[in-house]
Formats: sequence, structure tokens, C-alpha cells
Amino acid sequence: MPEAAGVRTPAASNCRPRVGSTSSVFVRRAWPATARAWLAVILGLALVPVFAASDIERRVRVCTVCHGDEGRAGSDGFYPRLAGKPAAYLHEQLLHFRDARRHYALMSRLIEPLSDAHLFEFAQYFSARRAPYPAPSVGAGGMDAQALRRGEQLALRGDPDRGLPACAGCHAPRLTGVLPDVPGLLGLPRDYISAQLGAWQAGTRRARVPDCMADIARALTPTDVSALSAWLSAQRVPRDDAPARSLPAWASGQAPQPSCGAKALQATRPQSTR
Amino acid sequence: MSGIGPAGGGPLRTPPARVQRRGPRLLLSVLIWLGLALALGVGAIVALNLHDEASIRPDIAPSTSAEVIARGAYVARVGNCQGCHSVPGGAPFAGGSGVKTPFGVVHAGNLTPDPATGLGAWSADHFWRALHNGRSRDGRLLYPAFPYPHFTRVSRDDSDALFAFLSSLPPVSQGQRAHELRWPYRTQWALAVWRALYFDPGAKAADPAHSPDWNRGEYLVNGLAHCSACHGTRNAWGAIADDEAFSGGRMHGSNWYAPSLIDPREAAVPHWSTPDIARLLREGRNSHASASGPMADVVQGSTQHMTDADLAAIAAYLRGLGVSTTRPIDLPAAAQTASAVAARPGPGAKIYEKHCADCHGAGGTSPVEGIPTLLGNRAVLMRRIDNLVQIVLGGGFGATTLAQPRPYGMPPFVTILSDQEVADVLSHVRTSWGHAAAPVQAFDVARLRGSLAR
Repeated sequence: MPEAAGVRTPAASNCRPRVGSTSSVFVRRAWPATARAWLAVILGLALVPVFAASDIERRVRVCTVCHGDEGRAGSDGFYPRLAGKPAAYLHEQLLHFRDARRHYALMSRLIEPLSDAHLFEFAQYFSARRAPYPAPSVGAGGMDAQALRRGEQLALRGDPDRGLPACAGCHAPRLTGVLPDVPGLLGLPRDYISAQLGAWQAGTRRARVPDCMADIARALTPTDVSALSAWLSAQRVPRDDAPARSLPAWASGQAPQPSCGAKALQATRPQSTR
Repeated sequence: MSGIGPAGGGPLRTPPARVQRRGPRLLLSVLIWLGLALALGVGAIVALNLHDEASIRPDIAPSTSAEVIARGAYVARVGNCQGCHSVPGGAPFAGGSGVKTPFGVVHAGNLTPDPATGLGAWSADHFWRALHNGRSRDGRLLYPAFPYPHFTRVSRDDSDALFAFLSSLPPVSQGQRAHELRWPYRTQWALAVWRALYFDPGAKAADPAHSPDWNRGEYLVNGLAHCSACHGTRNAWGAIADDEAFSGGRMHGSNWYAPSLIDPREAAVPHWSTPDIARLLREGRNSHASASGPMADVVQGSTQHMTDADLAAIAAYLRGLGVSTTRPIDLPAAAQTASAVAARPGPGAKIYEKHCADCHGAGGTSPVEGIPTLLGNRAVLMRRIDNLVQIVLGGGFGATTLAQPRPYGMPPFVTILSDQEVADVLSHVRTSWGHAAAPVQAFDVARLRGSLAR
């Protein structure tokens, strides 16, 4: 990288007078050219991350042109927020788009040539961003109070009579997602949430098996979908928006047991349940 | 007859009678001649379609030697078979998503050794006949979207090795999707006529007037690697004339244009060194150019895997193609030496400053290795603006190669720039820093935006 090379030169020239000024002639002799060179290299390498950051910013412009600065979401409600989502979740979605399990031609064609490892760099970058959220949608687009209560119930408590687990059961009690691969549900546009639930129902959005999200989405009625997307998009994102490190014990105990859900997640993520 | 008619009257009865007798006879002879001509034509078409076909031994099994299979894997790379015969996320070689042609969509079949849906029941002779003669195992003629007009040049050795490799793959049961061709193009007789006109099967002997390197390059470029399938100019019937094999082609079903390999204003390389040509094909970029779009796919899927010797052979052949014109590219001498020539002020300059300058440099010289320099770049100055507009609208990454594992990506500006803005910024780069290419019109951007597959 030219930047890195540019950094090393001043670092190399700076270190020499400093060594001389703090010590005696002996020290100067004890620091032969090779040692000074090594010091310069180490100092140079220490400065590389500063410049690597600007390199990754150049690289992610391909994403932020649609998904907004730092992945805080596009302005039209179509391109969702990427910032702060769990890295493994973002990586999985990138692989889904690349390998035609999730469909948006512009996106799929764009990332088709990229390796898993390179895509993970993008996922890590956006996962580490803490960008401000847009204000929650006000008034929830004419949804009546009853529908909003219905959305809240489905999101936080589920519907045991119909065997519907609560969103919070897997997406964390505060709905901010769970590391490493369960996304948060807040701070998303209403249209995006209802479009995604629709895509799960239609089978155009999928996950690896056991695809419990597909089972749950297919059990939702159109009224459920609009109630859920209205309520979720109307919630304020908590100050601490970081995904939970693990699901609390009560979540699996209280939420109605789905055929997959938390159980399946535990089966596929042994590291997070230990 | 016209002299007889008006006279009328009794004495002239006989002539009409003679005409009546002569009429059927004339008709008959015309029909006979037509029939003969038709039979001759059909005979010629049949003969031309069977030309150079050997009889099939149905029990020639593929080799199982590891050495032959490894060679076949290399042949598959050079031919970029998986480029058409796989889909993203699908099993490799188990069938593709379809080649778009002006006559409809042709779906690439399953090449894995599944007996019911793949090549499991084929003999090495069947496979050779498919490559060499464009005829499937069941005797049906294959559509030339499968580039057998090129593959007919492939040697029997390479064909057998390729078949051995494909037969060593895990069998995948995945049926052939029906082609979506319009009538009459989907019929076997239309295909037979096309083949009689445009398909000439057979290998070509090495040309002793050229070096072995050149001959190997010629074999690869015109055979396995089928470069002219994209870089050639196709006629109305989709065929490529020999003298137009490298004069550039629009890629049907996309906005991409495969530039001419003999036009110095496009992608001719007589002035590039062998290492430069090899580097573009191995890494996806060199100091002159970067592969993007379908060519990036080709580099990633095929040419980056080629041996140094084969890349040098291809370079020797491509350099020897010569040039179609001696007209220089639209670049004054000033720009070739430095970017000292100021950018032209205008609406495009502001857009360039905002969206482009950080990566491509204020003066068109990229400050970052791996991001293309625009100054003096033929892709920027080419008369055909299709690729330029496509890249700005659709964005895209360079090829992922061993030498370039983390290619930079161009953002897709389709969502944030209007047709006029794209035209302005492209006109800016085509006329700044000493460039003198024609500006881009918003109308052209609109046309290409419309066909940007979404």
C-alpha cells in the first residue's frame, strides 16, 4: 500500500534523533543500523491500522452508496441498516446474496466474484459501526392501538395458542439481536420488515436448515405481519444497541417452544450456549 | 402469349390449346427442377452436417488415471466450462442459468456423471462428437451457444482428458432446463441449415511458418478458450466470420461490449509486453488496464489458472493479430506524459470531485494500487460507451485472483445518480486532462439504464 510506505519514512527519520537525545553515545552505538531499521518497521506497522482504516473506507464505499454512511441505512427504506448488526449475520447474508439464496440482482451480481474471507471483512467493518439511528416512525401509519398491541404481544410474548414463539425469544429480550448471527429487529423501516416477512413466507428469503424463521413466518397472517412491522418500526432503539452475548435462560423457558427456534439455534451454535 | 391473345377469332384457336398443353409441362419441369434443387440442397445440408463424423463406439469409458484427470481439470479451466455450466451457489458443472442469444435462451446442461441427467451414460466417443461435431449423445444437433464452432478445434487428447475429469466429479441429479428459443430457431432443421452455412468441423494443423508458442496460443485462443465467442462480431444469424473474429462484439442480454482485440483504440495489445498480457490474464489487471464485468469472470474462472507457458503462448498469438487501423487513441501527447492538463470545469467536474476523485485521483491518476487510473485508459476513451455507463450504473469488482484476493469495488451509482449526472461525469472524464473523446449523452445513459438487469 502506498500509504503504509509513506508512513514508514517519517517514522524512520523521527526515531533517530529521539534515541540520540535521550541517551549517550553508547546507546547510539548499541543501536546499529539493522536495529534502527527494525524499530522503524515496528513503528511503521503500528501506524498501519490508522491508514488501513482509510483503505477499508474506500473499499466499503461500494456498500455505503446504497446503505448510507457507515451502513446507517439508505434514505428510501429499501436498503437496510448494516451498522452494528452481528458480523456472522451480515456475513451469512452476503453469502446468501452471492450464492442466490437471497435475491437482489444488483447486489448478487456485484459481490459474485468475492471470496468468503473478503466478504467477512465487510461484515466485520459494518458490525463494528455505531451510527445514529433514524427516529422511529411516528403514528405507525394509521395503525390502531389494538393492532399495535397485537404487534407488541407477538414480538415480546408470542402467541402460545397458535404455537407462535415471541420474536424476543430468539432476537433477545430487547430485540437487539444475539451474537454471533441473530440480527436486531429495531431501527428498521416498516416497509423493510414487512417485505422481509413476506419474502420468508414466499420462500425467496431463506436461511440454512433448520430454517425455523421460514416456519414462523409462514404461520403469520397478513394482519400479524402488518401489526408486527408497525410495532417494531415504531420502537425507539435502546441507548445500548449492542447485540446480546447470549440468550438469557428465561427466554427459552418462557417463550412457547417452537419446532425449531431456540432449540435449533442451540444445536447449531454450541459455542454460545456453553 | 400477349401477342396472341388480343387477336381473338376462330382461326386462332390452336395457339391457346398449345398454351394449355405447354402450361402443365412447364409447371412440371419447373417442379422437377425445384425438387432436384431441393433434394440437392437437403442432401448438401445433411452431408455437411455429417461431415467429419466418425462412427461411435458406445463403450469407450473415461480414463481413471489421476494424471489424465488432472490434465482434464486444467482443460476445463482453460475452456471455462463451469462459467456457463454452473449457477452461483449451485453444484459445479451441474447445469447453468442460461446463455442469452438473440434467438432465445439456451440452458447449459449437466456435465456431472449422473446417468439420467448428466453425462453418466456417455462414452468418450459421444463426448468427442459433442465437442468436435456439435452433436449430442442422442444424435440431436446442439445449439452453437455451446461454442462447438470453437471446440471443434480441441484435440482428441484434450477431449478425452476433459471427459475423464468430468466423469470423476460427484454425480448430481439435476435435469436439463428446456431451452427458451423462438420458432424456427428451436427446430433441428433450422439448426441444420445454420450449421451447413456456418459450421466447419475439424482440427487445424499447426502452421509451420509460426513458432510453436504462436501455434499453441492459436490453438488455445481459437479453440478451448473461445475468445472470439465474445470478442468477435456476429452477423444477423449469430455467426462469426473469420475476418471479424476479433473485431469486438456486443454481448447479448447485457450492456457489455467485448472490445476489439485488433483495434488499437479498444483492446489490441501489439504494444504490450508478454509479461503485461500474462499479468492481465493472471491477476485481472496490469499497469494499462483492468478486467471488469464478464472479462473479470473469465480471468477469475479461467485464465488465472493457466500456466505461465500457456499465458505466454496466448500473448504471442494476440500480439501477432495485428491492428485494424493505425489511428491513435483519442489522447493528445500532453496527457500521455502528465496529468498537468487541467480538468474541464462544468457540471461533471463537481460530481467527479464528490464521488470519484478520492479513488481515481483528482487528475485521473489513481493514488491506490488496484484502483484503475482513468488518464489515458482506453476503456474510458473508447468510442462505444456501453461498458463505461454499465460500470458507473452497476458498479462491480475486479477479478478475485491469487495475486488480487481483495479486489476493490466500484459502487453502483444507479441508485443515486440521474441519467444527466452520469452523462455529465462521464463527459468530464472523457474530455478532461487532455482527453478528446466524444461526450456522453443522457439519452444513451437512459437506454443502458433500461437494460441494466436488476
